[in-house]
Formats: sequence, C-alpha cells, structure tokens
Amino acid sequence: MKKPSIKFNKTSKGKKEINKGFDQSKWIRGFTIAAVAIWIFYAFIVDLLPYVVSDFFQKWLPATTVNESLVWVICALGLNIVVGYAGLLDLGFVAFWAIGGYCAGWFMSDFFHQVNIHIGSMAPAEQPGIHLSFWGVLFIGALICAAFGVIIGAPTLRLKSDYLALVTLGFGEIIPQIFYNGENIGGFNLSNGSKGISPVDNIGLFGKKLGPFDLDWKYLIFVSLAALMVFISLRIRGGRLGRAWLAIREDELAASMMGVPLMRSKLAAYAVGAFSGGIGGVAFATHVNGVFADRFSFAISIILLAMVVLGGMGNVWGVIVGALSIAWVNSTGLPAFGETVNSALGTNINFPSYNFLLFGGILIFMMLYKREGLLPESRLKQILHEADDSTSNIGGH
Amino acid sequence: MRGRVKAPPFRIVLPEIYQIYRRAVTIMANSSSRFSARLLIERSAASIIIGLVFFWLAVNLVKSPSQFFQASVIGISNGVLYALIALGYTLVYGIIELINFAHGDLFMLGGLFAATFISVWFGQETPSTTGYGVFFLCLIAVMGFCATINVAIERFAYRRLRRAPKLAPLITAVGVSFIIQFIGIRWNGSGPRTWNSILPAGEFVVSGVHIPYTTIISFAVTIPLLILMTFIVTKTRRGKAMRATAQDADAARLMGIDVNKTIAFTFALGGALAGAAGLLFQQTRGVTNYNLGYQLGLIAFTSAVLGGIGNLSGAVLGAILIGLVQGLNDGLPIGLGQQWSQTVVFTILILLMVFRPTGLLGKPMVEKV
Repeated sequence: MKKPSIKFNKTSKGKKEINKGFDQSKWIRGFTIAAVAIWIFYAFIVDLLPYVVSDFFQKWLPATTVNESLVWVICALGLNIVVGYAGLLDLGFVAFWAIGGYCAGWFMSDFFHQVNIHIGSMAPAEQPGIHLSFWGVLFIGALICAAFGVIIGAPTLRLKSDYLALVTLGFGEIIPQIFYNGENIGGFNLSNGSKGISPVDNIGLFGKKLGPFDLDWKYLIFVSLAALMVFISLRIRGGRLGRAWLAIREDELAASMMGVPLMRSKLAAYAVGAFSGGIGGVAFATHVNGVFADRFSFAISIILLAMVVLGGMGNVWGVIVGALSIAWVNSTGLPAFGETVNSALGTNINFPSYNFLLFGGILIFMMLYKREGLLPESRLKQILHEADDSTSNIGGH
Repeated sequence: MRGRVKAPPFRIVLPEIYQIYRRAVTIMANSSSRFSARLLIERSAASIIIGLVFFWLAVNLVKSPSQFFQASVIGISNGVLYALIALGYTLVYGIIELINFAHGDLFMLGGLFAATFISVWFGQETPSTTGYGVFFLCLIAVMGFCATINVAIERFAYRRLRRAPKLAPLITAVGVSFIIQFIGIRWNGSGPRTWNSILPAGEFVVSGVHIPYTTIISFAVTIPLLILMTFIVTKTRRGKAMRATAQDADAARLMGIDVNKTIAFTFALGGALAGAAGLLFQQTRGVTNYNLGYQLGLIAFTSAVLGGIGNLSGAVLGAILIGLVQGLNDGLPIGLGQQWSQTVVFTILILLMVFRPTGLLGKPMVEKV
C-alpha cells in the first residue's frame, strides 16, 4: 500500500525520477524568469522595436496567440493527468472546456438577466445578471468541472480502456450539443444556443479593469494559471496519488494487488484533469470575450490529445512544449506560413485546411515511431517498449 | 497468459474467457453486499429507462399510428445502412480488439468514390437502364476500393502496433481518421455537396405509409451482402481461420493459419461493407460531406456496442434498433426532435456502457490478462 509504483519498478531510476518533482525551486525560478521575460518583451519592448521587427512579431507571434497557447497549455496539462499519468484515454476533454466556458458565461455576464447578483465584480452595479469576480468564477468553474469529471467517470471507469475512450467521446459530443441546442430546454434558456454568450465581464485585477485588449495583463494571469497547473501536476505526481496513477497506468492488475484503490485513484485523475479543463475554459472565455457553442468540437479533444502525445505523455515539460507548438501552428503558424508561401510563389493554397493532415499525421507517426513523445518520460518509455519484446499479445509478424 | 477452457468452435467471440469472468462476477455479486446493492440500483434504473421508452412509444403509437409507422420505415432504412458500417467495427473488434476509429471515415470515402464514379466518370445523373448497370458496377468498384484502403491502413498503421499497449493503436486510429477526413476535404470540399441520384425517386404507399423505392433498393443490396458475409464467416475456410484467429491468434498460428493474411482479410471484408454503405448513402441521400463518416461512424459504433461488439448478428440487430430510435425520435409527434437525435444516440451509448457493456447479444467480457 505504501509505495506501489516504486516497488513495481525494477531499477532505482524510477525513484530518482519521481523525486525530481520535489526539486521545486529550480523549475519555479526558470519558469518565472521565462514568463516575466516574455511579459516584459510584449508589454514594453515590442513597441519600441523598429517596425520591421515588431511587424514580424505581429505576424508570427502576436500576443493574443501567446495567450491562447497558454490556455491550451492549461487544458493539455489537465489531459496529461488523465492520459499521461493515469493512462486513461479521454477523447472528450472538450466537454470540460465547454462547461468551464459556460461557467464564465453564466456567472460573469448579463446572461441571467432575471437576477441581479454582484459579488466582487467590476461590472456596474445596475447591470443585470450574475456578476461574480473572475477569481471566484475560476474556482467555481473548476469545481463544477471536477464534479462533472467524477460524474462522468464514476459509472464508466469499470470499463475496458477503449470503451472508456468511447464513453468519454460520447460525453464530449453530448455536452457541447446540449449547449448548442440549449436555447430552449423546457422553456429555459440554458446557453443561448448557437448565438453563444457574449460579452463576458472584464477581469478585475488590483482594482484595474482588464478589457479584451489588455493582453499583457491577461498574459500574466494565464501564465500564473499555467504555473499553478504545472505545480499541481508535479506535486501530485510525487505524492501518493501520483504514484498510484503511475502504478495503474503501468499495470492495473498489479497495482490493485498492491492495494492501490483503483476506482478512487482513477476518479481523482478525472477530477483533477477536469479541474484544469474548467480553469482553461474560464480563461478561454475571458480571452475571446464570450462562449460560443460551435467552437467546442471533437477536433479540440483531438488537438489536445495530439499535444500530449507529441510532447511526451506524462512529462509536464514535454506536454507544455507540445501544447505551445501545436497551438502556435494551429492559430498562427500555419496561416502565416501559408500567407508567406502564397505571396512568395503566387499560389493560392489554403494552408489552414491542412491541419487535419497535420494532426492525424502527428498522432500516427508518434505512435508508430516515437511512442513516448519528443521529450519522453523515462518510465513511460520503458513501458511503451516493454510490449515490443513480449510474446503475450495478439497477432504479430 | 490467457485462461483457456474448451471452446465451441463456431463463434467469433471468446466464450471461455467470458465464462470465467461471468463466474467471477457472480461470485462477487453473491459475496459482497455492496456489489449486489449496486446491481439492484442498476437493474431498477435500467428497467425504469426501458419502461419510459416503451411508454413514449405507446403514447405516440396511439396518438398517430401512420406517423409512427412512417418514422419506423425511415428508421429501419437508416438502420440497414448502419448495419453495414457496424459490421466493419464488429468484425475488426472481434479479431484484434481494436476500435477502428477510421472505419466511419472509410464509409465517407466510399460515398465520395461512388459519387465520383457515377456522376463524374460515367456521367450518370438520372435513373436509366445504363444508370442501373453503372450502379452495380460502382457497387463492385467501391467495395474493392474501400477494401483496398482498409487493408492498406491495417498494413501500414495497425499491424506494427499489434503488440503495443492498447492506447497506441487507438490513438493511431484517431490519427488515420483525421487523415481520411483530410482526403475527404480535398476531394469534396469543406462543405456538403449534393448529387443527383440514379436510383428511381418514386415511392409507393401502403395504408398511408410512404415507402420510397430507394429503401427497397437499400434492402435489395444489403440483405444479399449480409447473407454473403455470413456465409464467408461461417462456411468457408477463410471464415474458419478468422474465427480461430479471433479466439486465439497464437494458437491459430501454431495450427498453420496465416494470421496476418487473415486479419487483412477481415479488414477487407469490413472495408467492402463500408464501401457498399457509402454508395447506398450517397445514392439514397444524395449528399457527401467530409465529416459524415465521423458522425455516422459513431452511430454505427453505438449500434455495434448495442448488439454486443464482436457479435455479427448483434451488430445488425443493434443497427436496426439504433436506426429505429433515431427515426422515431426524428419523426414522432411527441419526441425530442431532430436536433437531439445525435444526443439521444450518444446517451444510449453511455447508458449501455454503464448498464450493459456487453450489449444485447454479446457475452460478458473481461480484459485479457
């Protein structure tokens, strides 16, 4: 019961690797320096630079892309807990993103104009609707999502892994559809249907109102949220719960024999994963200043999965790299690249339409040739290749 | 290590493992009060849900019988289509325990191929005798086309991952699905495209219920295909090899069965059926879209699960039932309406997973250890 995952590991490498999570001061320092450097760059320096350089950044790496990428990082870290740590394939992560987003829509806008509740919000007091402070909504959204994670997980975690994937996919389809059709559920307007809820309230930070274009300050908020998720991921991973997850991922049967409570640990994985989905959802709603049901498509779940797989399942830093790069390619890189190529060669190729090929290709090639991802986690690498030389599986050459 | 008791030879499922699991479940249910309480809750919840469904059907039947039967006809003709796709899922799952995520998209590709074949290459736009000839030619061509693609996918993507952890082939299948959708976008454009059907457009009326000719043609194509496939699986040497591989690939290899070839053949069979479904869909609905495969694939997968995945007759039964549910929900006066159909199907999927993951005809299953 004490340390199941370490016992299961043959070498001492695993122990050392786990303890790496406790070495907090290093990453916190590095992360803070990088985050502040980027902030200073975008808040102060970029405007002072000559036009050519600032235009380059405007085209290839605008501040809004940076912020959006950070939202992806937050969600990808949550999915990483479910897929990378606990080894449960979740194909419906977009559901949590959507629920988080609608929490922001419900509690930070004029949407429920029947009531007039103001708690710590920057919105003028005479404005109808529920207006809670951004931080409160963040918390509420995360908790609601965590609860949904448990609700979704509880009845389904007894299932085999691939069935679980399908059930999560089903939820990932149902919940956005409920929001999409939710204009009139028994006469009640739950979500404003396809019109979505817009705008949401400004974030209040130290008595300052952050409008939709205060990207630099929002960047600071998002980057702190991402840091929070990194912190949570690393801390839990080193603790008992994290070791239980790794044990389940590596061998569920062995883990349960060693006394790891399967159901509770898996539910916790879902809850923590969903928690970050909620944070990401609220953050994204404030980023785009609204929630729109048709954005929450299956593709988002797959893109998040591609981020986790590309970066290296289970490795926080790998997932961050994967999330940043794919989010950048998706939002700016591919269109900007296409624009450059089209204007240089005089062609008219619709580059953004290639993202299907790109994400499909990433998933396939990573699975075929580098299953452990770009920045692999050493433990996972062992497991993923362990099966290659065992003879107990089906088929074969 | 796999538990191996004696196996009845003519099943594509793995009964001996299920028997062990069933025994385990019975023991657990008898020994622990928590388990039996849960079973009780599940049973009662399931009966309440089924009771409500029957109540809903009865109310609608009394209110407007003709509408009820009309919706049923539409539902069943959808269901036949789903059956063809669901069989592909169930065949592949039966033999390598992979949820072939890309299967629905293969169906979509079949539809695109059929549209191109009939309307572009042969220039057939209206019903005519040549048109019917082209239709049958296209049926063969599209089945061959989709079978080839499915075999290629198996060869290049799934075969290498047969020994890998479960997560790997599943993620690969999702990737393949995305790539096929990309081909669909290139081929078809990013929006839906409508086509003229070469099938007769009329319908006949049986006591107030309209039955289109296309429905009859769907049946006329599907039923022989289903019979043919059942014959291949149950009566031929290849079918026997398939069932042997499904039961135990290693033992099958020891008996001299070429496992790779057999699995490829299974993919070919599933692909051919998906191709036929693509042609039928394209001709009866006259629409192609790159994301059709994803939507219909999930519905078909739900059908396969409803019937009991790995079970061939189960897939057909499940598909007809899902088609019916969808048709009834769309067409009945008291129903949730079309916009909720997808949600209803997914809810069924989730409820099934929770209450009866083995489906209607399937045997209890457990993960191989």
